[in-house]
Amino acid sequence: MQCDLCILKPHQSHQSQISSSVHYLLVTEIISAADPKMKRFRFDLSLFILLGFCMLFSPAVSSLVISQLDRKIDLSSHIVRSTVSLKVENNGDDSVSEVLLPFTEKQAKSLAFLTASIGEGKGKAKGSFDSVPLKPVNPEGMNPKLTWYSVSLRKELLKGGSITLEVKAVYAQILRPFPEKITQADVQLVSFEESACYLSPYAVNVQLLTVKLPEPKVESYTKLDISKFSGSEIKYGPYENIAPFSSIPITVHYVNNHPFSVARELVREIEISHWGNVQVTESYNLVHAGAEITGEFSRLDYQARPHVRGASAFRNLVAKLPPRAHSIYFRDEIGNISTSNVWSDSTKTLLEIEPRYPMFGGWRSSFTVGYGLPLQDFLFLSEGKRVLDISFGCPMNEVVIENLTVKIVLPEGSNDISASVPFPIEQQSQETKFSHLDMVGRPVVVLEKKNVVPEHNQHFQVSYQFSNLSLLREPIMLVFGFFLFFVACIAYAHADLTISKSSSSYLSKLQWDEVQTAIQQFQNVMNRCLIIHDKLEASLRDLSRTGDLQTCKAARKAADSTLKELSKELKPLLSFLQSSSQATQLLPKVDELVSKEKELQEKLMLKHSTVTDSYEKKSGGREIENRVASIQQKISVLRQEVDDLLEVIDI
Amino acid sequence: MAAPENPQTSTLRYAFGNVLSIFILLLIGVLAFSIRLFSVIKYESVIHEFDPYFNYRVTQYLIKTGVYDFWNWFDDRTWYPLGRVIGGTVYPGLTLTAGALWKILNSLNIPLSVETVCVFTAPIFSAFASWAAYLLTKEVKGVGAGLTAAALLAMVPSYISRSVAGSYDNEAVAIFALIFTFYLYVKTLNTGSLFYATLNAMAYFYMVCSWGGYTFIINLIPMHVLLCIVTGRYSSRLYIAYAPLVVLGTLLASLVPVVGFNAVMTSEHFASFLVFLVIHVVALVYYVKGILTPQMFKVAVTLIVSVGLIVCVAVLAVLIALVASSPTKGWSGRSLSLLDPTYASKYIPIIASVSEHQPPTWPSYFMDINVLAFLVPAGIIACFSPLSDASSFAVLYIVTSVYFSGVMVRLMLVLAPAACIISGIALSEAFDVLTRSIKYQFHDKTENPQLNSGDTSNNSRTDEVKMEKSEDSLKERSSRKNKKKAKETEKASVISQIEQRLLVLPFEASFIAIFLLILLGAFYVVHSVWAAAEAYSAPSIVLTSRSHDGLHVFDDFREAYGWLRHNTEVDDKVASWWDYGYQTTAMANRTVIVDNNTWNNTHIATVGTAMSSPEKAAWEIFNSLDVKYVLVVFGGLVGYPSDDINKFLWMVRIGGGVFPHIKEPDYLRDGQYRIDSQATPTMLNCLMYKLSYYRFVETDGKGYDRVRHTEIGKKYFKLTHFEEVFTTHHWMVRIYKLKPPRNRIRGKTKKSKTVKSYSKRSGAKKNPWH
Repeated sequence: MQCDLCILKPHQSHQSQISSSVHYLLVTEIISAADPKMKRFRFDLSLFILLGFCMLFSPAVSSLVISQLDRKIDLSSHIVRSTVSLKVENNGDDSVSEVLLPFTEKQAKSLAFLTASIGEGKGKAKGSFDSVPLKPVNPEGMNPKLTWYSVSLRKELLKGGSITLEVKAVYAQILRPFPEKITQADVQLVSFEESACYLSPYAVNVQLLTVKLPEPKVESYTKLDISKFSGSEIKYGPYENIAPFSSIPITVHYVNNHPFSVARELVREIEISHWGNVQVTESYNLVHAGAEITGEFSRLDYQARPHVRGASAFRNLVAKLPPRAHSIYFRDEIGNISTSNVWSDSTKTLLEIEPRYPMFGGWRSSFTVGYGLPLQDFLFLSEGKRVLDISFGCPMNEVVIENLTVKIVLPEGSNDISASVPFPIEQQSQETKFSHLDMVGRPVVVLEKKNVVPEHNQHFQVSYQFSNLSLLREPIMLVFGFFLFFVACIAYAHADLTISKSSSSYLSKLQWDEVQTAIQQFQNVMNRCLIIHDKLEASLRDLSRTGDLQTCKAARKAADSTLKELSKELKPLLSFLQSSSQATQLLPKVDELVSKEKELQEKLMLKHSTVTDSYEKKSGGREIENRVASIQQKISVLRQEVDDLLEVIDI
Repeated sequence: MAAPENPQTSTLRYAFGNVLSIFILLLIGVLAFSIRLFSVIKYESVIHEFDPYFNYRVTQYLIKTGVYDFWNWFDDRTWYPLGRVIGGTVYPGLTLTAGALWKILNSLNIPLSVETVCVFTAPIFSAFASWAAYLLTKEVKGVGAGLTAAALLAMVPSYISRSVAGSYDNEAVAIFALIFTFYLYVKTLNTGSLFYATLNAMAYFYMVCSWGGYTFIINLIPMHVLLCIVTGRYSSRLYIAYAPLVVLGTLLASLVPVVGFNAVMTSEHFASFLVFLVIHVVALVYYVKGILTPQMFKVAVTLIVSVGLIVCVAVLAVLIALVASSPTKGWSGRSLSLLDPTYASKYIPIIASVSEHQPPTWPSYFMDINVLAFLVPAGIIACFSPLSDASSFAVLYIVTSVYFSGVMVRLMLVLAPAACIISGIALSEAFDVLTRSIKYQFHDKTENPQLNSGDTSNNSRTDEVKMEKSEDSLKERSSRKNKKKAKETEKASVISQIEQRLLVLPFEASFIAIFLLILLGAFYVVHSVWAAAEAYSAPSIVLTSRSHDGLHVFDDFREAYGWLRHNTEVDDKVASWWDYGYQTTAMANRTVIVDNNTWNNTHIATVGTAMSSPEKAAWEIFNSLDVKYVLVVFGGLVGYPSDDINKFLWMVRIGGGVFPHIKEPDYLRDGQYRIDSQATPTMLNCLMYKLSYYRFVETDGKGYDRVRHTEIGKKYFKLTHFEEVFTTHHWMVRIYKLKPPRNRIRGKTKKSKTVKSYSKRSGAKKNPWH
């Protein structure tokens, strides 16, 4: 709730200006106590008396005089905006270079934003105002409970000169809900305390105060001599010739059903990807800071008459995002929140989000909103440096943020980083964040600010240097990684990872492999033999069908020759198997197979020659069959045995 | 004709085959992963249902505090005021897996949230599971069957139902662990390698970590071992496959806190020890048989049998006495209801009240395994020709899992992989036969068209077949790298060589058959995709309905949990029926009285009793439990059928089981459960009715309940001890706060009770939490 108060240093130059000590005691002006309802309010009397007390001793009045003061306080939302236009005249002899603006303790606590602008001479045209720097000061001898800001004038104000100063101050959370707890059906009443005359170290000639209310409903307000309530405005004044440090406390107690949306904490993370995207992630910790709801919450009443039973609640928030925002999401820690809407045109993207439940007074909620923005809209190149130019505050309308943290995540490898924010902030630091495939981490600029109001939604700049080559670092790393992986695979497939090359088990394994190949070859040969046998059989059948003796004999010849070749092939294999120690178990089977096959072959030849002979002799079919029958039987038995054996030696 | 091929080209061909099958496996993995993403695409990346929320919460704790704190975690957010020792009562496999995954990813600087990792654990592991199915089926029937089985498993609806993205439950990793353990067992059985036996024990350990279903493994494998012994298939390979598994597996299993000494003390594990004994006896017998002459052996057998019988009887007697002394005979309730399907409904209403513990109906078989149900018998036949150790295991697996799935819907999940493996074998065998017939027919037609008649053609066809076969075998032999693979295929090929003489079908028939099979497969795919997209992807915490004006989202549960999370005190206690316990602790981060763990029947019965009592009695029960909010789920406004009113009879039953003053008949009118004007006064005055229908009549003036399709019985009433604090947008969740007792200062006579409770209350208020 603190405002920008970080550098309070004593300011010497005031002593000259604050010269004489003319005092006015203002006791008579305390409370006229008009309305009996006013007694409900507890006035900050102590501060008030103290104020008057301190004025006795402080050398408060300078040669400056405010000739005309017009103050407008806008109470239409939960953020209080006051605009003061002061016409300052220098009646003294010395020229003056600064104007002091004091704030009471309460005001200072909730002061969120302050600007001052100067209109030259008597120019009332608004265009001619330009803003002037403000700085917090701590003039000596003044009441320590007051907080001072000084407006330094560009041109010194000479004797008799006048200047129009416009001071805009925005106060967050200065409204007090009263009563503090209401039921669902009640309207929300808030009270606002101010002084009818402007707190100033200078004498004021004429002053006027206008308080603007959201609707023309007021519970009560302090009635002074010259006060007027009309429409939704309350006017105090004009008052004339008011002494420095005068104060007439007033209280306005009125209906304000505006959403009191306050983010206790907001973390905005802005991540820049030079591949073309700025990713913004905002996590809110939201609370309805108005009057707390007490008693039942009835959904029935709320749904039936949402504007009566639930007038103080707010259902949704509208965020104004930059144009071309994409990939918008809205979720919380337990998942997506499905109640949101997006409208977009060429100048903005409107995002309407609805928290999971209607926000009544005192209810809290937290959620995350994220969106992507096109990089070229926000990143610019200037003087060899890249400059990010993006808004600082939150895009939601009328949200007060108590603690705002803005993190700008720059791409890995950026350096020479500097940030510039158009208003003072609490803290600026740097950290590192590790994200996808980072080696050294991405630099993160962290900016922290308290009490942020929509007025802070100005653009700020972060400049850094980044070489485009760094952009390729991660893809290259990936390519290299995969390349290494494949190389490792190839190496593994080709390398023999046996630990001991001379161990007996390794050798025997090698031998066993050899035996296996030999056996496989052996089986191949055997299979081919069997195929030739089948062919011979087939030729015999052809013979019986066509009676073509010549082809049959030719087939026989061919078979003979191939079988011979095969037996030749077989010999080295067999000798290898016999010599190998690993094959001893298999050897008998192999031998048996060979002999059986030989026998089968013989029988088959026998059959073949018998049949061909019979054909040559032109014997009858039945006769041939009789002659062959016994051989055929043996053949089929042998064939079966050979098949079985082949299966057995299969390893 | 059978010219030996150039060895180089054949090597290349096999390398190509390998690459192709790896590529196919990769695609199967992608398929398994992506078919489970429907839930993320249609809804969002969110944890589903009930139990996954607990697992998610445990994982968050694990990641936040580390493994050691996780083991010692005493959770005071549940079962208030008892609490729960999480480290000792959860199967940590899933949590540790996801935690490790997250750690690895984060150490590689890939910043994924815990939730994302949890959501995608199940799809990742289903890809692993389909690869494991490939390995297992390959061991049983070769590569082709393996690939088919993997493809089937990748999209079997039954498994999808438990492993869609977001379904972060034990089963997601357990099915992978189950199949992988079986693969390693079969692999050990085929190779006799101790290396695989050790790996098998490790896989078993992982399974024990992951799911209570590990008892299925530790009973199925002994059964198979016993089967092998009985059918005379004992070998040293069998011994190596079994003995290390029992010894190492039991040791490792007892390291898991939730199992501990149960690994040796409960009946679920006794079968394995018995078979362990048997296999040693058999091994001894085989050894003795080898060193003794046949006569001597006979003498020895009679001696040992007589002595052994006496010892066995004695041991058995002791065992039975031990087991009989424990009330449940050493079996847990869920296991007992497996053996006796009517057990749970008779004795344990909590087990019976869970719909997934009910026996399945026939349509649910068709829904969950679809055409696989028809393919399984064919696959079993294929396993019998020829019957090897591995294929007998597959047969045993399918037979037992069919039985178990018939007992509990939940165990359909165990059936699914078995059905996929068997169907994969069936499909692959069928395609094998059919394509081969087409191939040789085709060869015939093109090469010897003039011979295409009578038995000659048949013969020459056989020749061709043999040629091809020998060619095949040649190629296989020449490739040394593929020896192991070649072995199996060669075996198959020799057998099929014999079979082929019989199994060559006519061209047209086989063509049509292939077409029909492809059609069958297509139906399966269509059904699976439909099941994944429509039936099983709803996360159940977000409901959607399509009406004429588009999609309507019912996000009431999270609305309520979100409200509780942000707008109540951290230490407030929330009472609800146990279904919502896990979600409340995980999403609302509030202490609950009972949750889905259901370990304490009395506590659940207390909540059930409170819900079925009149307001005052309920208030007293809740107040004694320090409850501040009561949450009820009410579907009457929008027609959400699984609300608390529909579950209410179970609350009455469970409550009545412990507190006899709650009687079920009091809530029923003529045996009928109703809430309209015919309902009993007990029903109309109980807390559940009141909290559900409070001010409901004002919505439409009649109080028409859209779930029960009737007007409610008691329409206008006020709550005296509770006040409504939150109701969600569609009224699906209503939260009430207990009112503080009325401040009554009256004569001294009535002081005793109220003052006592008031002082208690004010004492609570002074609690230093505020």
